[in-house]
Amino acid sequence: MRALAGVEDEEKWLAEGIAGIQHNAFFMHRALDANNLREVLKYSALMLSELRTSKLSPQKYYDLYMRAFDQLRQLEIFFKDESRHGLPVVDLYELVQHAGNILPRMYLLCTVGSVYIKSKQAPSKDVLKDLVEMCRGVQHPIRGLFLRSYLAQVSRDKLPEIGSDYEGDANTVMDAVEFVLQNFTEMNKLWVRIQHQGPGTVREKQEKERNELRDLVGKNLHVLGQIEGVDLEMYKETVLPRVLEQVVNCKDKLAQYYLMECIIQVFPDEYHLQTLEALLAACTQLMPTVDTKIVLTQLMDRLSNYAASSPDVLHEFLQVEAFAKLSNAIGKVIDTQLEMPIVGAMTLFVSLLTFTLRVHPDRLDYVDQVLGACVVKLSSVPKLEDSRAMKQVVALLSAPLEKYSDIVTALTLSNYPRVMDHLDDGTNKVMAMLIIQSIMKNDSCISTADKVEVLFELIKGLIKDLDGTNVEELDEEDFQEEQNSVARLIHMLDNEEPEEMLKIIYVVRKHLMTGGPQRLPFTVPPLVFSAVRLVRQLEAQGGNIAGEDVPATLRKIFQILNQTIEALSSVPCPELALRLYLQCAEAASDCDLEPVAYEFFTQAFILYEEEIADSKAQVTAIHLIVGTLQRINVFGVENRDTLTHKATGYSARLLKKPDQCRAVYACSHLFWVDDPEGIKDGERVLLCLRRALRIANAAQQMVNATRGSSGPVTLFVEILNKYIYFFEKGNPHITPSDIQSLIELINTEMLSDNGNTTIHSDPFFSSTLRYIRFQKQKGGVMGEKYDSIKL
Amino acid sequence: MNFLLGAFKPACNISITFTDGKNRKQVPIKKDNGQIVMNPLFQSQETIAGKIHIDPYQGKKVEHNGVKVELLGQIEMYFDRGNFYDFTSLVRELDVPGEIYERKTYPFEFSSVEMPYETYNGVNVRLRYVLKVTVTRGYAGSIVEYQDFVVRNYVPPPPINNSIKMEVGIEDCLHIEFEYNKSKYHLKDVILGKIYFLLVRIKIKNMDLEIRRRESTGAGANTHVETETLAKFELMDGAPVRGESIPVRVFLTPYDLTPTHTNINNKFSVKYYLNLVLVDEEDRRYFKQQEITLYRLKEETS
Repeated sequence: MRALAGVEDEEKWLAEGIAGIQHNAFFMHRALDANNLREVLKYSALMLSELRTSKLSPQKYYDLYMRAFDQLRQLEIFFKDESRHGLPVVDLYELVQHAGNILPRMYLLCTVGSVYIKSKQAPSKDVLKDLVEMCRGVQHPIRGLFLRSYLAQVSRDKLPEIGSDYEGDANTVMDAVEFVLQNFTEMNKLWVRIQHQGPGTVREKQEKERNELRDLVGKNLHVLGQIEGVDLEMYKETVLPRVLEQVVNCKDKLAQYYLMECIIQVFPDEYHLQTLEALLAACTQLMPTVDTKIVLTQLMDRLSNYAASSPDVLHEFLQVEAFAKLSNAIGKVIDTQLEMPIVGAMTLFVSLLTFTLRVHPDRLDYVDQVLGACVVKLSSVPKLEDSRAMKQVVALLSAPLEKYSDIVTALTLSNYPRVMDHLDDGTNKVMAMLIIQSIMKNDSCISTADKVEVLFELIKGLIKDLDGTNVEELDEEDFQEEQNSVARLIHMLDNEEPEEMLKIIYVVRKHLMTGGPQRLPFTVPPLVFSAVRLVRQLEAQGGNIAGEDVPATLRKIFQILNQTIEALSSVPCPELALRLYLQCAEAASDCDLEPVAYEFFTQAFILYEEEIADSKAQVTAIHLIVGTLQRINVFGVENRDTLTHKATGYSARLLKKPDQCRAVYACSHLFWVDDPEGIKDGERVLLCLRRALRIANAAQQMVNATRGSSGPVTLFVEILNKYIYFFEKGNPHITPSDIQSLIELINTEMLSDNGNTTIHSDPFFSSTLRYIRFQKQKGGVMGEKYDSIKL
Repeated sequence: MNFLLGAFKPACNISITFTDGKNRKQVPIKKDNGQIVMNPLFQSQETIAGKIHIDPYQGKKVEHNGVKVELLGQIEMYFDRGNFYDFTSLVRELDVPGEIYERKTYPFEFSSVEMPYETYNGVNVRLRYVLKVTVTRGYAGSIVEYQDFVVRNYVPPPPINNSIKMEVGIEDCLHIEFEYNKSKYHLKDVILGKIYFLLVRIKIKNMDLEIRRRESTGAGANTHVETETLAKFELMDGAPVRGESIPVRVFLTPYDLTPTHTNINNKFSVKYYLNLVLVDEEDRRYFKQQEITLYRLKEETS
């Protein structure tokens, strides 16, 4: 009926009900003023009869109930005062039971009952028991719920709990518990029953209404939680089993969910811990549609917080084997609730893991066990597609990272990578990034090859293209960031022990080589440098540990380096490769491995010749080559000649004259190494410089020819500086007259350049001249040298 | 007018007083005209004694052929109005024929009167006790005065008082088991019990316990049966589910009940029933009636 009625009708009925209550309350008050008991009872019963309506929704009914409730307070005051009605309370207790209708009768009985207990003329437990029993007569769910909640309310301060006035003698806290439990049980039954009323079409509305009523039921559990004197023993033996029995047996998803939540919230954590088994057993018996995972999650969260609250309680957890029990229960729940979405299972695992990490931070095996269970669950379903589930898995995997700041710990978890395998590629990458970030943040060093192997297994999403990845979809920036992270990671892999380090390098190389052309430019350099670092380390030790295998190891490393860099050719990325070859060549030179260094140079030259086409790149490359070659002193004369000859040759063949010029004068350094054992071929230096001058001249003329005016004299000045440099270094083939003539040449060039107008002062040139003047003035050996130069 | 009135007025005023009239308990009795009057209460084997005053009106004398007082126990059937049946009749002659000039008082006493039946006021039948004073006159008609009194008899609690327990039901529809703690209740008793629902397939709206009185009068083909519902007490509100057990606690005090009377002088019987009624949402009634015996237990106080 109610379901079909409109909201307006309901308003009307409510208004009628309220009017009825007010009307009868008026007469009741008159009778109260006259102390006329008979009339009081008559009108109070009439007033309460308004509550017999079936037409109102719970919310409206509550409104009505509250109005009657206020009136009942007045009535209670009257009942308390025997002088006003002249009847002993025990007689009053009988008298109100004469009312013909049960609902008014029960409200009156509860009201008098509360007075009765207060008067202490009867043991409170007897009265309470009688009241809670008699309330059974009201089987209508809503009316019954409100009646019983009235009973709970008026009896709340009259329970024989410890420390209350009503405790003692035959009234024990057990009676209080018994009373509340019974009221709770009955209320829950009524509450659950609402769903069976009315047609199925209004199911949704019913659920909503039931939700509005749930706190009436839950209130009892709050009371239970607050009763003074319920100790662990009583809770374990009586309270919890009874409550759980009701929860399990009511077979209603709404009630089960809400009540489990209530239980977890209202009772102390310590009790939960001690009764974990019972609690979890109940969880596994809930209806399949109940969201057990939230319940369990809440439980675990609370326990985790409890564990975190004080280290003193941790031993309790151990004592009750909390982990094993939780783990078992979760397993069962997941097994039995087949409909539970994967995200639910994952949430559970996350909670369990959080719990484990907080309570048993030292038990890595537990963590691994959780992950293992997770793997089993994940394997049972097709590839994860639910993004929420994915998030949970990420959370699951992140938790150990956060807890153990040392990533190494996570690496020992054998199930960790197996869980990762179930992520989709995107998430896998996110996870891999998290791992790397964690390493960076904690500055933890991974120092064995095995761990490196595991680590790379974990982050393989970043290392190589996984099957089916659509390369084009990748965001360029993301990709770069990822690869930069990998590059940074490589530097974190370190071990003092060269042998182990070598293994690490092998492992890293193995993984990186699978990365494909896009990744190699990012990943190869750190690897190369890492290896070069090892080389230098070995070389530094080489003096001390004189062993056959040191060079052998070195050779091996260089071999790897060579192969590694070679891989870049597939990208192709010749500039980078060239730089790396040069680095290696230098390292090899430091190790006195001439053939190796020569080989690297060869590679570099080949690259230069075959791959580097861009003129700018060529310029840079030449300078690099020259710079490196200059520093290397391992080559024998022949090799060195070959190489320098090549370098000079390349220099002269550059496209632009200025570039040629600069490269050539740079080559001059190849013949004059400024250290005691260095080669000092002054003649060839001069040759180079002259050649540079010629080129500069040619360049100047070309400019003249094309633009009508010659360009700046920069090149000449630069060459002048080279002259001065070698002059100062004591190259016998550079004479002051050479410098003198060069200065004059520059001066003339500058004049002709700007015609007959002002002399364009070149800052570079002037500062060079200033330098010469300065040297002259300074005197001494250097000053003498400069003496012959006239400015 | 005054003369005329005077002519029909009885010549004297007769009043009856009981010996312990001041202290004796009075109980209300409903008269024919609906008025409630208080009458003294007696029980069987009591001595009924008192005084009768005959007070002639001013200046008149009453000639009579004798004065007597009778104690009558009468059963009156309403459908046979006016026809009293006296099951008890005791007579005391108070005066020999003569004349009364002034107020005259006669003491009387019926000692240890056997009054086996209780006063009863039913729908179709009345059982009453009355003192009848007759001043017999020859020609002017006798002067008669009545005084009702009430008789209630108390019995000890019955030695055997079994509970009533029964399982009833409609197949595949409703099965209940009910239990009342006794089969015999005294008039101030409390009916305790419970209703246990074994099977509920109908939508019950509420459940009441009715107390019904069945009064049968006459005998054979002339038997009249009248049933009244004296009490309707709601036991349950709403629909229970299987396994629910509903407590019963009904105080009998508020109801106007009498003891069960079985075959009173072959004239009538009064029986009481507890009628358990379940009403479903379509207002269909399901009920089960059980007889109980009511008896009057001596009250300790008052």
